[in-house]
Amino acid sequence: MADRRLKHKSKYTLDRGIPGAFEGETITRRRFMVGGANAAGAVATGAIVLPALGFAVGPIFKSTPVRWEAVGPESMFSLNNYIPVVLTLNPAIGEAGKTTVYVRKFNAAIDTDPYDKGTPYIAITSRCAHLGCPVRWVDAAERFICPCHGGVYDLLGRPVGGPPVRPLDRFYTRVNTAGDVELGPRFSVNSELRRFSPRDPGEPLDGIGQYLYPSRPGAQKL
Amino acid sequence: MPKLPAPPVPQALKGPPPRPGDENGKATPLDHAAEAGITVVDWVDERTSLSGAARWLMFRKVPKGTNWFYTLGSATLFAFLSQAVTGVFLAMYYRPDPSGGAYESIRYVTNDVFLGQFVRGMHKWGASVMVILVFLHMGRTFFWGAYKYPRELNWVIGVVLLILTLVMGFTGYLLPFDQRAYWATIVGVNINGTGPLIGPYLSDFLRGGSEFGATTLSRFYAIHMLLVPGAIIALIGAHLYLVTKLGTTAPPWAKAEQPEELREEEI
Repeated sequence: MADRRLKHKSKYTLDRGIPGAFEGETITRRRFMVGGANAAGAVATGAIVLPALGFAVGPIFKSTPVRWEAVGPESMFSLNNYIPVVLTLNPAIGEAGKTTVYVRKFNAAIDTDPYDKGTPYIAITSRCAHLGCPVRWVDAAERFICPCHGGVYDLLGRPVGGPPVRPLDRFYTRVNTAGDVELGPRFSVNSELRRFSPRDPGEPLDGIGQYLYPSRPGAQKL
Repeated sequence: MPKLPAPPVPQALKGPPPRPGDENGKATPLDHAAEAGITVVDWVDERTSLSGAARWLMFRKVPKGTNWFYTLGSATLFAFLSQAVTGVFLAMYYRPDPSGGAYESIRYVTNDVFLGQFVRGMHKWGASVMVILVFLHMGRTFFWGAYKYPRELNWVIGVVLLILTLVMGFTGYLLPFDQRAYWATIVGVNINGTGPLIGPYLSDFLRGGSEFGATTLSRFYAIHMLLVPGAIIALIGAHLYLVTKLGTTAPPWAKAEQPEELREEEI
């Protein structure tokens, strides 16, 4: 094999004794034909595969519009206890697009973390930070309890037992001119209640967690 | 190429071929029908040479000691075919509509369609049967040492088939779209998401967005009935080709028989 290659060292087809070679030609017509056919095939394949792939992967990069939804008058909520309200996350899919959110008034005696300053209401999701099961606020125990794998959270939504890796997610809140409490987009918090763009359950945010579980391109914290 | 041996049909079953219209009497309609069948088969075989392939596939040498454990692969194949057939008929009624239509169509199949409950039950319980059979088949291969040279590639294909079977189970679980299906899928997708770096993107791909949304159900349905079954059928073809080409392994307790001239007298 090596000998053969040495014999055909010249890059000119004329020197290599190929019949019908032209002066100064360096590529045989057969190789040119094969290369051209392969390139055409690659273009045709790419024309089908790339749009299909983009179609399937596209939703990852789609940013969700910011929705604010009124959930009730200010008089409905108290300082020390959570009131469950129903929030529509996705209006297109009926019941499956709704979720329960636990809301209470901002209480300076409890909410001492600096990140909560200026929030009129504390709205805590019912989605467990372990794997996304619905947690329930148990008033007598002053705990959020998850029925699936035994996750337990305290009054501020910080995990105090079971497998959850970070506190319960929260929603932005504001009060509109009519005096109704409105809930906005969801955000995630780490164990110090520092805010992050919304992550999926099961993704820790302490230490290198926020880098191991990057935010999706379309999601921002406000 | 050497000629393949004729199929080992016992002599008693063969008998003399009755010739239509000779000393056996006049040709009966049955004789004509048989003749027509042979003519058709011959016509196809002359143009495709399929009989050689069929003989290569079906009349193979099997090692001594082959037993019932060797049927687990065929049983898995049968479970898959059963899933495919019942799945096609369920797809005639199913609507992947997350705002109530999916649940309603399943309820309709179960309660109103003639034998619908039976076909749905076949599909639902057959899924568990298939997973169990896949694992038994895998266990047989493992304990027999049948994954060793030259069958490593068939083991690899089998592992991919195992994963695809589990993907079928996961995506099919959402389709009834009841409370159990919904929450199990939420949990399953979030387990996917706990993989570092690519986990969150994998979750987004599965859901078709950042939240469980309008296209999640149809996405799961397409994966369940188009994407994965196609891959499974292709890989089963490769799996069977390698089984036929390489043959099956003798059970580990079977001893190789020594040729006569190498045997030593016991003293």
